Amino acid sequence: MSKLIVDPVTRIEGHLKIEVITENGVVKDAHSSGMMFRGIELILRGRDPRDAQRYVQRICGVCPTSHSIAATLNLDSAFGLADKIPDNGRIIRNLILGAAHIADHILHFYHLAALDYVDVTKVAGYNGNDPGLNSVKEFIKRGELGPFVPRYEGDYRLSDQINIETTAHYVKALEMRRKGQEMLTIFGGKMPHNMAVVPGGVTSTVTVDKIASFLWRLNELRDFIDSVYIPDVLAVAEVYSDYFEIGTGCGNLLSYGLWDLEGGNPDYTKRKRLVKQGTISTDLKTGTLDPNKILEYVKHSWYDDSSTGKHPSKGMTEPEYGKKGAYSWSKAPRYDGKVYEVGPLAGMAVTYASGEPTVKNLIDSVLSRFKASPKALFSVLGRHAARALITKYVADSMPGWLLQLKPGEPAYIDYELPNEAMGMGLVDGARGALGHWIEIKDKKIANYQCVVPSTWNLCPRDDKGQPGPVEQALIGTKIKDENNPFELGRIVRSFDPCLACAIHVITPKGRTLGIHKVC
Amino acid sequence: MAKAKVQEVPVVWIQTGTCTGCSVSVLNSVSPTIKNVLIDEVIPGKHISLKFQATVMAGEGEAILHVLENVPKENKGGYVLVVEGAIPTKDGGIYGTLGEKNGKPLPMTSRVEALAKDALAILALGTCAAYGGIAAGKPNPGGYVGTDKFLKSCGISKPLINIPGCPPHPDWFVSTVASVLLLGLPKPEELDELKRPKAFYGQLIHENCPRRAYFDEGKFARKFGEPGCLNELGCKGPVTYADCPIRLWNHGTNWCINAGSPCIGCCEPGFPDLMAPFYQKLTDANLPAIGKLQGKEK
Repeated sequence: MSKLIVDPVTRIEGHLKIEVITENGVVKDAHSSGMMFRGIELILRGRDPRDAQRYVQRICGVCPTSHSIAATLNLDSAFGLADKIPDNGRIIRNLILGAAHIADHILHFYHLAALDYVDVTKVAGYNGNDPGLNSVKEFIKRGELGPFVPRYEGDYRLSDQINIETTAHYVKALEMRRKGQEMLTIFGGKMPHNMAVVPGGVTSTVTVDKIASFLWRLNELRDFIDSVYIPDVLAVAEVYSDYFEIGTGCGNLLSYGLWDLEGGNPDYTKRKRLVKQGTISTDLKTGTLDPNKILEYVKHSWYDDSSTGKHPSKGMTEPEYGKKGAYSWSKAPRYDGKVYEVGPLAGMAVTYASGEPTVKNLIDSVLSRFKASPKALFSVLGRHAARALITKYVADSMPGWLLQLKPGEPAYIDYELPNEAMGMGLVDGARGALGHWIEIKDKKIANYQCVVPSTWNLCPRDDKGQPGPVEQALIGTKIKDENNPFELGRIVRSFDPCLACAIHVITPKGRTLGIHKVC
Repeated sequence: MAKAKVQEVPVVWIQTGTCTGCSVSVLNSVSPTIKNVLIDEVIPGKHISLKFQATVMAGEGEAILHVLENVPKENKGGYVLVVEGAIPTKDGGIYGTLGEKNGKPLPMTSRVEALAKDALAILALGTCAAYGGIAAGKPNPGGYVGTDKFLKSCGISKPLINIPGCPPHPDWFVSTVASVLLLGLPKPEELDELKRPKAFYGQLIHENCPRRAYFDEGKFARKFGEPGCLNELGCKGPVTYADCPIRLWNHGTNWCINAGSPCIGCCEPGFPDLMAPFYQKLTDANLPAIGKLQGKEK
């Protein structure tokens, strides 16, 4: 039996440690640990509720936009505004969140995930005239290869030509994700941490020049998604097709939906959204979303046991580091008592099962290319494919939204701050289901709780001992080479973890590199 | 003629109590692009050798912890340390750990101390690394502090430049690095008393604000979306030093006030506690002391 620890796990957001026990090369057990605690929820107590949106974006600088939307939906509902946001405000929020998804998913595939599959050093053999590739070749020749080495060695399977092409796209994608953020700032002000999304709507105004500027940046991004991003995901999938069967996980998916297509319905669980709300399992059985079924457990988290089993609206954050049996700063959220995975795959799978024609075509075209059943979506490659397809789905929807904007009309509605109120904001962020809850007393925040996507995906065991989704996705995996456990990083990164850290493969007792035999 | 050997300048970028927003902001650099910074000779004859940066680096786990541990040994006094994030000091540093030592999670405090000791210079990137920032907001559950304060508590005295902002503008970082490569460490008169380069933090937002004329004429926006000065809506431009109104953000596309949002003072040591509530008008008591809020470090 061997114990592998990856600490830090890199190319994710946050501080993450992954520890697995292997037997005969197969993962028998896995633990996922969040390694940083800032306590933003505690910092929010006693503050002006309107300020929450500013603080919660700083939970994550990779997906701040998702937090800004969840927070404002939460505050809208607490302030009684959920059905009163002007259409301009609703649409600009959609555009801002759409731009964030585009930039973020491009970043995730190329800059966070691709180095698990693409061998950048093959550019050393490039013999063409592309100045970008030649500068990379020159860089490799100089021999100082940080940050691209050290790395795991061995399982790079792409042809030299595809390695070189995807490296060129890695560089191009740096520019495209930057342009995605620039597009966002036309209405959002700046990135990271947009300034415009506030309770009541947005602070920015609608003008024709903004619409045109947004549209043509969007068109450039759509070209990239269609002609580079999606083909690259498929090219990697062709060569690594075993990853349609690796990292299956818990088999239950949860989506809060996103991109509001109507503003009149104050109930976020019923409101018409581009990507739909609900649950789905490997048998493709779907369920409706009921946020009352969400409870958070802390038996294996560094929090006081008295806070276990609570609904997030009643949630508490009482740190107790070193608690016996605990191994993470992350709590363990459960839906209807069961383990659920969240992410773009969840939203796309729920929308697919609803029969929505665009999503059905997108997903069916990928499945038929690989002669796979929908069950194959529950996998490492399924997650990457869903992320690429949701990017296309929203990017293709955004030109229509731009044309619905009405220049000169308001994008914001004023309001009175209530003395006492409760609120809830639900939306799928770039990494999946994101929920914010607030309780207001004396016009101040009495309690604020966030259940973020990576809490769902990277959580530790719950009080019943059920491992979290990433832990389940790791268990049962065959590790080909324990000195280079590519499989672990590939599985974990397919969830696009966001803990402001990394997963570490650490040796127990932190002694030598690599593997330590525990028995 | 043989090309002169390119000088490799080792850089270690460590993330502590951060949201990674500073990294993402630096990815948004335009001229030079992030590719130019990492791959090319960003200054002719000099290449930044980024040894460690957990958001982008290929490797993971123990192998890269060795990089972290070896850089100070192999480049004593010759590498630049970038700190992103505030440093958790409470309860022995348990609120943030990075890797393990002797079977126990190693606190970020130990990592920063070990890396700072032998660095040529330290760049504290972002308001958290500079002054504590969001994580140090009351009640500061993890005992987070800025880098300068932390290093002083360890008795480490090294040249340190603060590049605050939540996040900082990529130009502020890239230009500071380029300046160090070209001209060496900044002269004392090039930094203000908060160790910020005056080139970027020399003037108040309010001094260069395109809505300044509204302020002078007493025309104030009363709700979002209206034209006028944003003072009544809580703008902290009058107490915040940064060149945002001139430089603009995200390739010159926009900036906070131009999107109709009041400045929240994210570059100042007082962020967030002295700047909040963000939508509450600065009182007249603040205004005669324009700029003085900055002197109060937490």
